[in-house]
Amino acid sequence: MQKRFITDKITWTWMLFSLILILTMPLIMGVGLYLKSAPIFEHQSLWQLITGSNWSPTRGNFGFWPFISSSLYVTILSFILAVPVCLFAGIYLTQFASGTLNKIMHPVIDILAGLPSVIYGVWGILIIVPFVSKVLAPFFNVTSSGYSLFAGGIVLAIMCIPYMLNMLIEVFNTVPAGMKEASLALGATYWEAVKHVVVRKSFPGIISAYGLGLAKAFGETIAVMMVVGNRIQVSVNPFEAGYPLPALIANNYGEMLSIPMYDAALMFAALLLLVIILIINLIFRYFIYKATQQ
Amino acid sequence: MRKRKQIEEAIFMFLLRVSTYSLIAILAFIIVIIFVKGFGALNPDMVLKTPKGGFYYGGEGGVLNAIVGSLYIAVGASVIAIVLGAPAALYINVHLVRHKRTRNVIRYLLDALWGIPSIVYGAFGFTLMLFLGMNASLIAGIVVVALLITPIVVRTFDEVLSTIPIGLHEASLALGSTNTEMAFKVLFKQGLPGFITAVLLGFGRGIGDAASVLFTAGYTDLIPTALDEPAATLPLAIFFQLGSPIPEVRERAFAAAAILTIIILIISLSARILSKRYSRSNIR
Repeated sequence: MQKRFITDKITWTWMLFSLILILTMPLIMGVGLYLKSAPIFEHQSLWQLITGSNWSPTRGNFGFWPFISSSLYVTILSFILAVPVCLFAGIYLTQFASGTLNKIMHPVIDILAGLPSVIYGVWGILIIVPFVSKVLAPFFNVTSSGYSLFAGGIVLAIMCIPYMLNMLIEVFNTVPAGMKEASLALGATYWEAVKHVVVRKSFPGIISAYGLGLAKAFGETIAVMMVVGNRIQVSVNPFEAGYPLPALIANNYGEMLSIPMYDAALMFAALLLLVIILIINLIFRYFIYKATQQ
Repeated sequence: MRKRKQIEEAIFMFLLRVSTYSLIAILAFIIVIIFVKGFGALNPDMVLKTPKGGFYYGGEGGVLNAIVGSLYIAVGASVIAIVLGAPAALYINVHLVRHKRTRNVIRYLLDALWGIPSIVYGAFGFTLMLFLGMNASLIAGIVVVALLITPIVVRTFDEVLSTIPIGLHEASLALGSTNTEMAFKVLFKQGLPGFITAVLLGFGRGIGDAASVLFTAGYTDLIPTALDEPAATLPLAIFFQLGSPIPEVRERAFAAAAILTIIILIISLSARILSKRYSRSNIR
């Protein structure tokens, strides 16, 4: 008898401890990265770091703008490509598709979501990079090696589709069927019912799913880094190479301890990613909860 | 008027179908390309040998070191994630089952945690390593990957546990069991399919993630024999070999990519089969 209650106490403590540990992780990570990147704040102001475009670590100049702008560029590009596909596929799967198709699509989405980013990177190098340099670039009358912001955007879009689609499906499924039926009964076509009822009703959820997709795209590292060209420059031409923030961290960890302040700068980049993505996540997750818990 | 809206519907139905089927096409395209390219260079040596001298100039050997290293890291990380994650998920569904608000806040935070990119985990792991005075090693890789996949395991397991009707809790408590007994003997059993899915999902993420182990696990041509030795990983093997200018080495990267894809497909498939098998005995 006694032993059972002692076991109960111990497991209870362990359960609570694990949960608290997991929940405080973002805080611990934030503090750890901040402590490591603190030296750079004495050197340059936050504003200078973010908007400066002079990057020469050996001379102690750390301007992150080329990296931030590249990150924003590929993220927005991927977003534009992924949004219609996700919306359409989400609507089709929840409103029109047969049970069989849903049964097929479930594993398809799961596997797409589960493929490692390095595989997307390999595929991007094999298919997307040549496609950009040999088909897209000539079409727009520019020359490009293919390793470009555009290639990064395409690969990123494909990686984000399953992620956003899963959330969209969840959101669309919360729209009561009765609402759609009411509009059908009033003589709307199926598409009108979807457009005016389903999409409008789940609008906050749709925006949130996209917001979270945006955050995921912003932090994606390996796949983008493999196809984006990694050249430090601020460019508006999508056929030029870029150098997103995560790629900066991943490419330079080896030499960062040998140059003063370099490690602080890279840890600042990681901190920046953490803060931006956590904030986006917290905001849009909140909307998703509001949207799905009615 | 009537005509116009029907044309609009036809156009959009077409777009909806195209979007949906294009996903299947994309998946098939990716897998076919990886397999076609990969199987060209795939031979028994690739999976049975570690890199020999001159491997990175096209010499003999394989990527066994990376396969084993990846498995070590993913298994180790999964164990940690289970030890931390399963109790956390059970806590949410046992002790907090009547505190709806707290539960929702916790789920909200866990979901946000899921969104943190692996490169940030990697960078944090690196600061942690410097802080503890450690070098890139198997254990550092395991810890960082564990941090990365624990939220996934918790949230996936929790999602299944939360569907268990509360009557089942009450029935077992009414028979005089403690919360712990209820958690492990009733909820855990009932949620076993979810647990398996959660662990395999985490395992798959762990084996395929490159950005987090880039900083922490290092890279070596040897199979690690102790926790403080560096370990190679499959994603990094692909990544590094692909950067080589030598065609044979690049071919090997494709072969390694095919191996990784096969591993991921096996994990995904077994998750489906196992969770189906174990949900048969559930109380509904």
